[in-house]
Amino acid sequence: MDELRHGAITAALLRLVQQKTNRLGRRVRIMEVCGTHTMTVYRYGLNPLLQASGIDLLSGPGCPVCITPDEYHEAAIALLTQRPRTTVASFGDMTRVPTSQGSLQTVVPAPGSRLRIIYSPLEAIDLAMTHPEDEVVLFAAGFETTIPSIALTVKEARKRGLLNFSLLAALWLIPPPLRAILQAGEVALDGFLYPGHVSTIIGCAPYRFVAEEFGLPGTITGFEPNDVLLGIISILDQLLANKPGVEVEYRRAVPAEGNQRALRVMAEVFEPKDAVWRGLGLIPSSGLRLRSEYQDFDASSRFSLDVTSARGEKSHPACRCGEVLRGLLQPEECPLFGASCRPESPYGPCMVSYEGACLIHFKYNRPGKEK
Amino acid sequence: MCLGIPAKIISIEEGNTGKADYLGTKVKVNLSLLDEIKVGDWVIIHAGFAISRLDEAEAQETLNLLREIASQENPDS
Repeated sequence: MDELRHGAITAALLRLVQQKTNRLGRRVRIMEVCGTHTMTVYRYGLNPLLQASGIDLLSGPGCPVCITPDEYHEAAIALLTQRPRTTVASFGDMTRVPTSQGSLQTVVPAPGSRLRIIYSPLEAIDLAMTHPEDEVVLFAAGFETTIPSIALTVKEARKRGLLNFSLLAALWLIPPPLRAILQAGEVALDGFLYPGHVSTIIGCAPYRFVAEEFGLPGTITGFEPNDVLLGIISILDQLLANKPGVEVEYRRAVPAEGNQRALRVMAEVFEPKDAVWRGLGLIPSSGLRLRSEYQDFDASSRFSLDVTSARGEKSHPACRCGEVLRGLLQPEECPLFGASCRPESPYGPCMVSYEGACLIHFKYNRPGKEK
Repeated sequence: MCLGIPAKIISIEEGNTGKADYLGTKVKVNLSLLDEIKVGDWVIIHAGFAISRLDEAEAQETLNLLREIASQENPDS
């Protein structure tokens, strides 16, 4: 599989990109909506090479940690700090997002309460089984890649009859914000690199409206550097042929119809709700809540937590994560970036998450950064 | 968060779980989201779950395409 990273092939692909942008006779702006794509582009140093070949890449709302409004983090913090004998189990990035009260990692838990960082959501089931006297709350953020695993975790809790397990869900769907961004029209785009792993679950159909209603091409793309270049070439080919569609470059992992079994599990446990995204505001049917059959596992009703009135505003008055997530601002254009807002002292989630655009730019793209 | 790793299934156990080899490391993996997984299959693992089976023929086609692009540019190599 060396071909996917081979430098000589990368150079050949970049020359193809250049030829195609020359034929189009203009620069091409492409949005990626997946933090793992941002990571590939910057880690392998593709961005300056793409710019020189006529491509401007923008990061969109492709990081679930980044788009989760503060109110969710504050609800988890309230549980951890105010309710005794409560375990909050969450993915690593989520525990470091700063709010006005600190982060899950910096606050002082109530007596007998604790924070547990987990890799798989099923670890929360193990915690609930081994600590029957404690409440275990799974605070889970994720897109369609993660949602089926969360759904199976809830089903597992039901199967085992767990009464001390609940879910604080910060679960988001990828297609609705694409529509919101296109409808807002704040940023001129020529196409989308669609997220590879979200698409293993949802397949091609949910993106069709982008081509059919907005006339923009897009390609589901993998995560090796030469995958990303093939994805960009596919978008350029659609532009040159004036045939916008939904193409798949990441064919080895993405069947056109997605993962039907995973989609069924998702639909069995969750239903769509209108939800507020950080930076993007209220987007119809863009979030998920537990269906009534699974309502007894809902942490927000069990503990009277209010996340539905989330405003999605900034965590710090000067933080501009919201504009970064909408593709309006490059991280470097934020006055806080690299100055007071740094990975060790982040002002907003885009500098916290490993898939946040600010952290990725800070790590790989700072002009004059120390070698 | 949507990071997925490609790994090869090396054993299948009871309760829809198995072990996979990722660059020499054995990892536990839940197989409930996929149909009929066999030992030797390659999968994408995310948060402890196999979310997709890798298609060898499709992978080969992408590699062939990349080789072809490189060779069209440098016919001698």
